Order: sequence, then C-alpha cells, then structure tokens
Amino acid sequence: MSDLEVSTRIARSATSRRAGTRRSATVGEVVAALVIVFLLLSALLPGAIAPLDPLAIRPLEAFSPPSPGSWFGTDESGRDIFSRVVHGTASSLLIGVSATAIGLGLGLILGTAAGMLGPVVDFSVNRMLEVLFAFPGLLLALFFIVIFGPGVVTATIAVGISTAPGYARIIRGQLVSIRRSAYVEAATVLGRSRWQILYRHILPNTLAPIFVLGTLGVGQAIVWAASLSYLGLGAVPPAAEWGAMLAAGRTYISTAWWLTFFPGLFIVLTATAITVLGRRLQQRVREQG
Amino acid sequence: MSAAGATGADPVLRVENLTVGFGASGAAVVEGVSFTVAAGECLALVGESGSGKSVTARSILGLAGARSWQRADAVELSERDLRSLSEREWRSVRGRNVGLILQDALASLDPLRPVGREIADALRLHTRLSPAARAARVHELLRSVGMPEPELRVKQRSGELSGGLRQRALIASAIALDPGLLIADEPTTALDTTVQARILDLLAEQKESGTAVLLISHDLAVVSRVADRVAVLREGRIIETGPTDRVLRNPEEPYTRRLIGAVPTGRPRGERLSVPVGSAPGGSAQRARPAAPVPARATTPRDAVALSVRNVTVRFRGPNGSTRLAVDSASVDLHTGTTLGLVGESGSGKTTLARLALGLIAPDAGEVRVGGEPWNPLAEKHRRPVRARVGAVYQDSLASFDPRLSVEAILTDAATGGARRGSPARSGAADRVRELLDSVGLPAGVLPARPLNLSGGQRQRVAIARALAPRPDILICDEPVSALDVSVQAQVLDLLDELQERHGLSYLFISHDLGVVAHMADRIAVMSEGRIVEMADTDRILAAPQHPFTRRLLDASPRL
Repeated sequence: MSDLEVSTRIARSATSRRAGTRRSATVGEVVAALVIVFLLLSALLPGAIAPLDPLAIRPLEAFSPPSPGSWFGTDESGRDIFSRVVHGTASSLLIGVSATAIGLGLGLILGTAAGMLGPVVDFSVNRMLEVLFAFPGLLLALFFIVIFGPGVVTATIAVGISTAPGYARIIRGQLVSIRRSAYVEAATVLGRSRWQILYRHILPNTLAPIFVLGTLGVGQAIVWAASLSYLGLGAVPPAAEWGAMLAAGRTYISTAWWLTFFPGLFIVLTATAITVLGRRLQQRVREQG
Repeated sequence: MSAAGATGADPVLRVENLTVGFGASGAAVVEGVSFTVAAGECLALVGESGSGKSVTARSILGLAGARSWQRADAVELSERDLRSLSEREWRSVRGRNVGLILQDALASLDPLRPVGREIADALRLHTRLSPAARAARVHELLRSVGMPEPELRVKQRSGELSGGLRQRALIASAIALDPGLLIADEPTTALDTTVQARILDLLAEQKESGTAVLLISHDLAVVSRVADRVAVLREGRIIETGPTDRVLRNPEEPYTRRLIGAVPTGRPRGERLSVPVGSAPGGSAQRARPAAPVPARATTPRDAVALSVRNVTVRFRGPNGSTRLAVDSASVDLHTGTTLGLVGESGSGKTTLARLALGLIAPDAGEVRVGGEPWNPLAEKHRRPVRARVGAVYQDSLASFDPRLSVEAILTDAATGGARRGSPARSGAADRVRELLDSVGLPAGVLPARPLNLSGGQRQRVAIARALAPRPDILICDEPVSALDVSVQAQVLDLLDELQERHGLSYLFISHDLGVVAHMADRIAVMSEGRIVEMADTDRILAAPQHPFTRRLLDASPRL
C-alpha cells in the first residue's frame, strides 16, 4: 500500500467520523436542551425565575385560572402554581437523579459480583435477580415503602431498588462478553495483570454504555417518584413536589384543570427532554465504539 | 479496453458500457464495464476489495440497492433486455434464468428452515412440480453437488452444516431451476482449501453442462482453476481481459502482474510477493515484475529451541458431559530464528494449539516450554514476567483491539508495559511508537485513528506493531492473512518476512492454506483431527508428502 493511499483513506475516515459525531442536532434535541437548561436554572435559582413564595397562602386568590399575573393560576389555598412548579424542580430532579444513582450503584455491585466473582456468585445473583424481575418495578417499590414507611427518602430508595435488577443484569452481560473478548485476551498475552486489564479495558468498556443508560433512567425515575408521591407515599403536601401537587389537585380536576395540568406537563417535559438527550448521547457512544 | 470479447457463440449475458454509482451526487464505482459470457463458458471478474466486482454482479441482477443509479448501453440475458424490468418481472428472472451464489452461505440461507425446504422454494415458486416430485428433485440436486447423505441433510438447518456443505446447499438452490447463467460472488473465500477445490470443481461441472458462469474473486489463483477468460477490474474499470492462460502467462498490465505476483503458492521462501513500498502502484513494468529471490538465507535451523510443545493434549467438555479431543498428544519444536508452519483445516486443533502456546489455556497433559523454561502449565503470576517474549497476531485483528482506543493509545500501552499516564515508564514512548509504525510501514497519520476506521491491511500492520512492541523473540501468528485480499496478504507476508530477518524472530505461523505456509515456513507441521500427522522441512513436505492428508492439501492449494 502506498503512503498516499494510506493517508487519503485516513483522511476520509476522519471526516466521516467527524461528520458522525457532529451530526447537527434535530429540532427536538435543541428544544430538549433548552428545557433542560430551564429546569437546571429552576433547580438552582428558583427565586430568580419565580419570585413568589411557593408556600405563601392567599385564600382570597384561591382557584384563579392562569392569567398574565399568575401564569399557571393558583391552587385551593391561593398559592401560585408557577412558583410551586419551579420550586419543586429541585426536589423532583434530585429524587430522579438519586434514585437512578442508587439503582445504578446497586446494579453495579450485583452485576460486577455476578460477572467477576465466579460461577457460584453468578448463579446466586442471577437467581435473585430473576425473583426480583418477577415483580413489576413499582410493586417492588411499594413493598419497600410498606416496610420502611412513606416519605421522600424512602420513596427515592424504593425507586432506586426497583430499577437495580435491570441495571445489574445489563452490567453482568456486558462484563461477561468483555471478559471473553479478543482484546482482553490480547492484553493477557501482552502480560497485563488482572487489575490492569480490569482498570484499562473491562471497566471503561462496561461503564460508558451504562452511564448513558442511567441518563435514560433518570426520566423514568422521576415519573416513578411522582407516582409514589401521587399515591401519598412520597413527598406530602404542602411540599412543592410535582407528584404531590398532582395528588392534591386531583379533587378539583373537573373545575380547576390547571392544578393538575402544569405539574403533569413538567413531569412529561422533564422525562421527555432527558430521554431525548440520553438517546443522542447513546448514539454518540455507539458511533465512537 | 473494450468488450471482453465473446468467443463467437451467442452470449448468454451481454453487458455493455455499464456504469453504476451510489447516491445522487455519488461518483461512479463501476465505469463503462463491458463483457459477455457464453453458454458453457466461465468468465472471471478479478480485482481487490472495492474494485467494483460485486457491485457489477449485483447491478446485473437489479440488486445494487435503492440508493444506486446505473446506466448501460445494454444488459441482456439471452437477448432479453434487463434494464427496464419491473420488480415483478425481476422475480421471474432471478432463480429461473440466473442463479446467484454468495460468499457467506450462512447469511444467504434462512437459519430457521431446513436446507431441503430452502432449495425446494425455487421449485415451488417457479415450477408446477408436485411436492413428491420436488422432494425427489431436491435429493437429486444435493447429490449432484456432492452432498454426503442427502436424505439426512435436507432436514438440517444451515447452522448444523459445515461451511463447505452450506456452500453446496446454496449452489444446489442456485442451480435448482437449471438457470442459463450462474453468478458466483467469492464463492470459496471463507472455506478451507480442500473444500474450496471441491466447490470449484462443482462450478467447473456446471460449466461443462452448458451453464454460463460469471465467477467473481479477488484471487487469481482460485479463478484460474475454472475460468476460460479473465477480466481484471480496478477502480471500477476493466483494465485487462483475455483468455486465462494468456493473462496469467503474459499479462499486459503492471497491475495484473502485481496480482499474479501476490500469489504465494509455489513461491520459494524469501521471495518477495509485493511491490516494494514506495514504488508507485502501476509503476514501471520492471519494478512490478515479481522481485528476484532474496539471497538465500541460512536455512539450516539453528539448534536452540525457542518454543517446544511436548505431548500436549486438550479435551473440551461438552454440555452433556461428553469430551472431545481438540489436541491429541501433539509435539512440535520451533527453532530460534525460524518459522514453523502449522497447517490444517478448520476444526483440526490449530487455534487450540496456538492458545496453548500463548498460555491462554492449560493442557490436560504434556507441557509447553519457552526457551527451555516452563511456560504452560504454569501459574499466570509466574508466566507474566516472561510474557514479553511471546507475542501474538490474530486473524481478526479488529476484535483484538479495545474499541475505545486509538492506534496511538494501543501502541503506547503495548510499548510501555501498560504504564499509566504520567508514569516515568512513558517517557520516550512517543519515539518508540514512531519507530514501531516505521517498522511496519505505516505513516504517523494513523496514530489518532481508531482501528475501526482503518483498512484490513492497515489493521493487521497495527496488530503486528503491537505484537513487536515488547520486543518479543517469538510471534504466534494465527491465520494472520486469511481475512485479507491476496494483494494485501502479499504485503503482510512480505512484512513478516522482513521483520523476521531484521529482529531474528521465531514464528509459529498457522494457516489453513498450505500455499501460504509453504511460502513462509522453514518447517511445516500438518495437523488433522487434533494430531500432528506429518512434520518435516518445507522442501521435503512439498517434494514428498508422506501422509495422504498432506497430499490432499497440496493438491487443493490454489496455484497459477
């Protein structure tokens, strides 16, 4: 092969790779990114976006529909719904992220144990995961809350636990296939120790796709946590949490739709935006891999 | 060059000035290709990957894909114009008038259906035969393609058949309706040489019985067994065409000469197969001639034994408690600075022996020694310090690279013993990486690329550079060139030869192709069903093979 041929080939592959990673974002992805930016601002600086106190009661203004003065209207106690939704962002996001982190953490421990510690551990962990899989995720969360009592913290842990089996199984599969891969064998032939192989090849190749999966999981975790709050098992009123707001507004849904519509809209927007961006991230990782 | 002239008889297939491209703005990948194939004649389209061979074949069948466009002055099958057929008309042509045989029989056959039904499909769709008559015809077809025990095979699915039998089943389905034209696109590339020889004989039989055969291959030696005429394709154009004998004996184009020069079979050890790096492709005729033999090297094996395998046995345990002997008390010695060729068919235990030699699996009996020291069986902890002495080059080099790493990261890691970033062991690594790239003939431009974005030949060069990085004495090369085009294979073989000279390396060179092994090795061990059935100096094996299996391999090896 001549040098010229080699360099043109590389140039071509380099451009195609660049084109692959710098594929211009779709409209949906731009909107999703804007939504996420807005949510982050709401979580970090809620006062700057919605200056009204989310807990302040103004009985005279109860049940006012959305208006220029109060964009999302007010609830049964006259609290400003826009402020409540904005101020609730932090707790909803925190619940979603921590629940996913708990799920991923547990999944990592179980999956790594099954994938790395030999056939006995693998067998036991797998049977345990199969039992957990037999329950729908939300049922598992409810079971946990029954034992430890309702509340934001238990709800978060409950959601985390119920997502863990899924992560554990994916991590195990990933580990097993990478351990048997030709490149791990090649590293052995080069004289690398088990730790070097684990640190340099197995972990990075296992974790990169898992974290993308985790991003996708945050959206789901937010929905689940909101569901638990809606059932009165997570955050309780008057806390400005989206699921709890939905539950509180349920009574007035026929007369004052805005009590439930806006918290619901934010749940949907958040979950969708995170999922859209997560998919993009997944695509990018796959292209690079 | 104009039409690949007909031999006088009415052509079954006539293609005139065919141009094919992809995408709206895409440049043509096939340009102005013209040829004819007459009944009872075999025309071979020969060229490297990317030369447009397969695209040409697919365009003839209207299968080039939705994103393709094509122009042609004529594409005629038995005087029927194929250019303006509707999809429905195409369906009646494919199978009935043209049979297609692809390289990957596993992908071409439905994994969930017995092959008998797969073959009967063509009969069911295109004929009015009764089911019983169809079954009889399927048996007849399977027998005619030399399928052993056809009664048993019709009920098996493609996954249960070996590569050779699968290819036979595919040929049976292609000839089921006795089409006038058979298109075979790299029909033997994935097969063992002995199986390849049988498949080629089968194509020759079809030709004898009056079928027109269009054979597509990257390997001139393969087609020379069957083809009456050869058309050499390069960058989408036919650059040379003529009777096979004439093209092989007296090629007009330097490029054809280069393809011929790349065939290793029957070429003495040490003779260059490729044009030296640096001379332009298609350069002067003198340069492109197969190079003169390198001054003979000291062929007497030096006494020191680099790697010795003593009476090793490996058993694989099946899921139902059964065991299979993968390697059966095999013994081989690799002498320092020489090449030991290990040849055998797939499933003969070659790769298992390679893994033993690499210390990746432990033997059930026997032992492997490196430089006289214990090596396998041995705890990995004790073997690790000596690992640098034994390197490996694999067939599928892409899979052997961590997909996240660039060429630079791969080579730096290999050159520094896996040292972490910032550790003192990494100083000077950049120079060493450059040196490695130089020694395998790659430009520094490949450093930031990932192996995925390199060509097959470039990847194999990176793999060799990685293997050389710890400065080993021994390289275990497991089918290092069988995934490559013949011309690229020639370059890689030359490179391995050159590196051996320069660094005094010892190679255990494994291949299913005796032609390749004979070109590379000082000594050859022939393996069959887990046993070493014959081992001797290369000259002896070639001149006087003792074992019948060796003789079979020798006969099957594609040569010019």
